[in-house]
Amino acid sequence: MNPDWIWGLIGGLMIGLAAAAFLLINGRIMGISGIFGSLVDGSARQNRAERMAFVAGLIAVPAVLAMLIGAQTHIGSDWAVIGVGGLLVGVGTRLANGCTSGHGVCGISRLSLRGIVATVIYVAAGAITMGVLRGVMG
Amino acid sequence: MTARVVSAGFAGGVFGAGLLLSGMTDTQKVQGFLDFFGNWDPTLAFVMGGAILPMAVAWRIAARRAGPVLGGIFPARPAQNLGGDLIAGSVMFGMGWALVGLCPGPALASLAFGGWQGVVFLCALSAGMVVTPFLRGLTGLTARPEV
Repeated sequence: MNPDWIWGLIGGLMIGLAAAAFLLINGRIMGISGIFGSLVDGSARQNRAERMAFVAGLIAVPAVLAMLIGAQTHIGSDWAVIGVGGLLVGVGTRLANGCTSGHGVCGISRLSLRGIVATVIYVAAGAITMGVLRGVMG
Repeated sequence: MTARVVSAGFAGGVFGAGLLLSGMTDTQKVQGFLDFFGNWDPTLAFVMGGAILPMAVAWRIAARRAGPVLGGIFPARPAQNLGGDLIAGSVMFGMGWALVGLCPGPALASLAFGGWQGVVFLCALSAGMVVTPFLRGLTGLTARPEV
C-alpha cells in the first residue's frame, strides 16, 4: 500500500481519537470552525478557556513536529486567491455551522443527516471548483 | 476547570499532530483529493475513514454513559433539517477549500510553518467568520446548532 495512505490512516486515527477524547472527557464536539469561529466573532460565552486551550494545542504541537520532521504546505503565492479562498471558507463554514471536522468527522460518525449532506456538498463543490480551475489554468 | 483546559489542549495537540502526519497540512494532498477529473489522490479518504472509526465508537460509548468524564452533558442531537444556510455555506466552503487547499483545522495546524500565505489565509478566514452573523441578518438565514 502507498505509504501516504498508511500515514493518512494513522493520522486519521489520531484525529478520531482526539475527537473521541474531546467528546467523552469534555463533552464537546470537535468542530474547528465552531471552536475557532466562536472565539473570533465573540459568540463564545462559555468555555472560552477550553476553546483557547484547544486552539493553542492545535497550533503548538504541529509547530514542534514540523521542526523535528519538517513540513510544507505548498500553498500558492497569489495573495488574492488566498484571500478569496479564506473568506469563502470562513463564511461558508460558519453559515453551514461546520467544516471537515464537525460535519465530516463528528457528524458522519453519528450518522447525522446534516453532517452527511454538508460533506457531500462541500466535496462536490470542491471537486467542481478543481475541475474549473484545471480548465482555466490547463 | 483546569482539567477541562488541560484535556482540551491535549485533544487539540493530538488533532494537530494527526493533521500533520496524515499530510492534511499539505495543500497539494487536499487539492489532489478534490482533483477527481485529474490525477486523483485518495489520501484524504483514508484520513476521513481513520478518523470516523474511533469517533463512531465514541458516540456509542456516549450513548451508554450518563455524561462526560469532567461533568456536564453530552451534546444533544440537533434537529435534522437541511436549511439553505447549510447548503449555501457548504458550497462556499467547498469552493474556498479547493481554491487554496486549506480548511479551518489545517489552517491553524500549519500556522507555524505556512509562511505569510498561511497568515493571510487565516486572517481572511477570520474576517469571513466575523461578517457571517451580519450576512445572516441580511439574508434571513437563522443560526442553527452544529452537526
